[in-house]
Amino acid sequence: MKRLVVAGYGMVAQRFLEAFAERAADGWSVTVLAEEDRPAYDRVRLSAWFDDYDAGALHLGGAPHGVAVRLNEAVTGIDRARRVVHSASGETPYDALVLATGSRAFVPPIAGADLPGVFVYRTLDDLAALKDWATAGGRRIGAVLGGGLLGLEAANALKLLGITTHVVEFAPRLMPLQVDEGGGAVLKRHIEALGVAVHTGRGCAGLEGDAGGVRRMLFNDGGSLDVDVVVVAAGIRPRDELAEPSGLVRGPRGGFTVDAACATADPAVWAIGECAALSLDETDGVCYGLVAPGYAMAEVVADRLTGGEATMARPDTSTKLKLLGVDVASFGAPFADGLDVVVTDQVTGVYAKLLLTDDAKTLLGGILVGDASAYPTLRASLGGPLPAPPLALLAPAGDGSAKAELPGTAQVCSCHAVTKDHVTDAIAGGCTDVPGLKACTKAGTGCGSCIPLLKQLLAAGGVVQSKALCEHFTYSRQELFDIIRVRNIRSFTELVTAHGTGRGCDICKPAIASILAAVNNGYILDGEEAALQDTNDHFLANIQRDGTYSVVPRIPGGEITPEKLIVIGEVARDFGLYTKITGGQRIDLFGARVEQLPQIWHRLVDAGFESGHAYGKALRTVKSCVGETWCRYGVQDSVGLAIELELRYRGLRAPHKLKSAVSGCARECAEARSKDFGIIATEKGWNLYVAGNGGFRPRHADLFLTDVTTEELIRTIDRFLMYYVRTADRLQRTAAWLEAMEGGLDHLRAVIVDDALGLCEELDAQMARHVGSYADEWQATLQDPQRLARFVSFVNAPGTPDPDISFEVERGQKIPARGPVPVTLGGAR
Amino acid sequence: MTTATMTVTWTAICSYARLEAERGVAALVDGVQIAIFRTFSGELHAISNRDPIAGAQVMSRGIVGTRGDAPTVASPLHKQVYDLRTGECLDVSGVAVPTYPIRRNGDVVEVAVERP
Repeated sequence: MKRLVVAGYGMVAQRFLEAFAERAADGWSVTVLAEEDRPAYDRVRLSAWFDDYDAGALHLGGAPHGVAVRLNEAVTGIDRARRVVHSASGETPYDALVLATGSRAFVPPIAGADLPGVFVYRTLDDLAALKDWATAGGRRIGAVLGGGLLGLEAANALKLLGITTHVVEFAPRLMPLQVDEGGGAVLKRHIEALGVAVHTGRGCAGLEGDAGGVRRMLFNDGGSLDVDVVVVAAGIRPRDELAEPSGLVRGPRGGFTVDAACATADPAVWAIGECAALSLDETDGVCYGLVAPGYAMAEVVADRLTGGEATMARPDTSTKLKLLGVDVASFGAPFADGLDVVVTDQVTGVYAKLLLTDDAKTLLGGILVGDASAYPTLRASLGGPLPAPPLALLAPAGDGSAKAELPGTAQVCSCHAVTKDHVTDAIAGGCTDVPGLKACTKAGTGCGSCIPLLKQLLAAGGVVQSKALCEHFTYSRQELFDIIRVRNIRSFTELVTAHGTGRGCDICKPAIASILAAVNNGYILDGEEAALQDTNDHFLANIQRDGTYSVVPRIPGGEITPEKLIVIGEVARDFGLYTKITGGQRIDLFGARVEQLPQIWHRLVDAGFESGHAYGKALRTVKSCVGETWCRYGVQDSVGLAIELELRYRGLRAPHKLKSAVSGCARECAEARSKDFGIIATEKGWNLYVAGNGGFRPRHADLFLTDVTTEELIRTIDRFLMYYVRTADRLQRTAAWLEAMEGGLDHLRAVIVDDALGLCEELDAQMARHVGSYADEWQATLQDPQRLARFVSFVNAPGTPDPDISFEVERGQKIPARGPVPVTLGGAR
Repeated sequence: MTTATMTVTWTAICSYARLEAERGVAALVDGVQIAIFRTFSGELHAISNRDPIAGAQVMSRGIVGTRGDAPTVASPLHKQVYDLRTGECLDVSGVAVPTYPIRRNGDVVEVAVERP
């Protein structure tokens, strides 16, 4: 087993670990030594911490399985001769060492920089310290030293903390590295309009204060400003202090010098991310402070260590950001010599500059301030001709046909070096959506800024980007939902006659059955509706590979009495069913034939059980930990809330299955953050997380509400679910629904918390109707001879079991007989 | 068929009213499992109940619909779609299910199974 040691655990190290694990790096044991006390988090979105103070929301998913992570244990030395690194706990040997130590904030050598109340803006700990200081009372005025990208982020943070904010920049304009004079002027107007004072062309000569903290900032022009807090955001420097003692070469401006393979002069030592001084061609070691080049380096080293020969291309330093709500983008080489096209609109506060070669044929770079909607197209056109006349591209809402005219070699995703040709090939090969393209090409999985362009290419590819549900309806699920609701349509025939063609299929029929059930409530198998249902809904059970079904009674919150457990055991024994505990804290009984289902359910209903809807695109379970009732750590009654929620939403038909969980404390034993809606108890109430997912593509749920009462919690979940039921695509889980939503979490919050669309009353009423009209489907079935008549094996021999079903015994239970192995082709779609 | 010894026997299955539009039923005829469908316009179709890909006797439980002009049923296991008239699988070439003659005789639905 070879030993790989990673020094540092930031975003680039995280990407490296994932890329390494993806390449099936068997034969390696991997150890990460990290200085910070937490695993990698999203430093690009660091400022988002001020939205909810939830550090967990920035967590990047943790190390892949099998990686040993040692937090709070920085590498303090490298003995290259013996191939060991030193840290607090001693020596760790390596066969390969990847340095991913990142950067530190640069603090200029000014007097008073060490006073209390002076902060940098780099880590979550920095932000927490800043918040504690700024909100301690009596602190009113703050100054940010540095008007670059990070400085404006820090200014926003101070503003959010209620501090009157000044930005001080030595250069004559804001963001001097990214924008020119004209762009800087427009940006300044935007920032000032937000109530932030901007001092450009002014240097800081020192800070004055006392043991109680910083009091005054002195300027080099003799002026001064009284301050209570200062944030220094004057740039970053690579963390390369391991270089000199270990004899590794530093770049001219610091950093571990590496070649195009990201290797140092020592073949066993690599460096990636902000600590690497990348030396390509004649260039002499440049450190890149952006995440995308760091990710690219991570991929290169992962590839090299697993036998590949990847090399770094010259990193693209294009960036697009939203700073204090203002779009700013810079791409290519905006300060090179050439012809420029400049648009300045002082009325709307938009500035745009394109720089072209002297023959006006090749785009060299550009700057956008105030409106960056043209950014994806322009960035992808770098080094080639513009796809349309410059002014047409820069015009507001200048999207549309022009974008499709990019040359095939244009790079769409610079994080993963994906060209337009790669993307269009993937589309031709059957990718029909952004998640598909991400999986297929990796485009969009880095910084994500190319996602709008991916959408445009999908649209231009003419793939079934039409939202048509299937060949029978040209409408999307959401449109059909509105048609059914507004026109009061009660049946599939009514709908397909007026708004579709043919007689439907296995795609549209269950989707429309689900909409009819959500709009009209009531029993799902009466009249024509029965023929719309998948076999699972039709027999209120889950079909298995041999044509038998499984039965899952509802066990709300996973709480069950011994008496009821005994009934389940007796039923399983008497009908010879295979039993297994599910992940949702209930019990699945397998191997029931169609004609046995009513007999089984007769026994279960008599004992007080009801349908668990394991067969439906509906609420499955609300899992819970045992909560404060028993647990010495619990702070709320998680079981009680889980039961209340499960009973409230049981039977709700949705575009896909819904799962939930309630944890009684922050230890999160119920795994609520992997659910469509998850609740975690706090000392003061509940935190609500939405749009999580386990399954095929895991996603942690996003924090949506903090410390709310049970009443507010339930009202919000009501609206979340109903808005999802109304607007999601067919078979779109809440995670994919939220990710596809224009405006994302902010939009969701605007709709269901702030009622920006005036929808909440309707959503509330719709949920009230659902809750009020709920009836157990199995009880309703058992009470009706006509409904029961469907549960026969053969219409001409109702009592005869399917003679082809047979079982064998494994570990004391019966399982489907393993006859000739069936051909598996996977799902047809 | 060149051998003249095959005879076709019609077997009564159930009343026509027992069949719901666009919802299949299974029937057992001399040990053979047959899936019987009544389309929305009232036509009858009979195919083997055995899903040829998964090997389970489930075709009668699939969703009935149309693809273009063809009346169809989708396997409830993996959703491959079959033409009810010919038994041909429309999603996987070279795969088909056997079909059987079916007729309405007064109020009774009858299926013909060849036997030697």
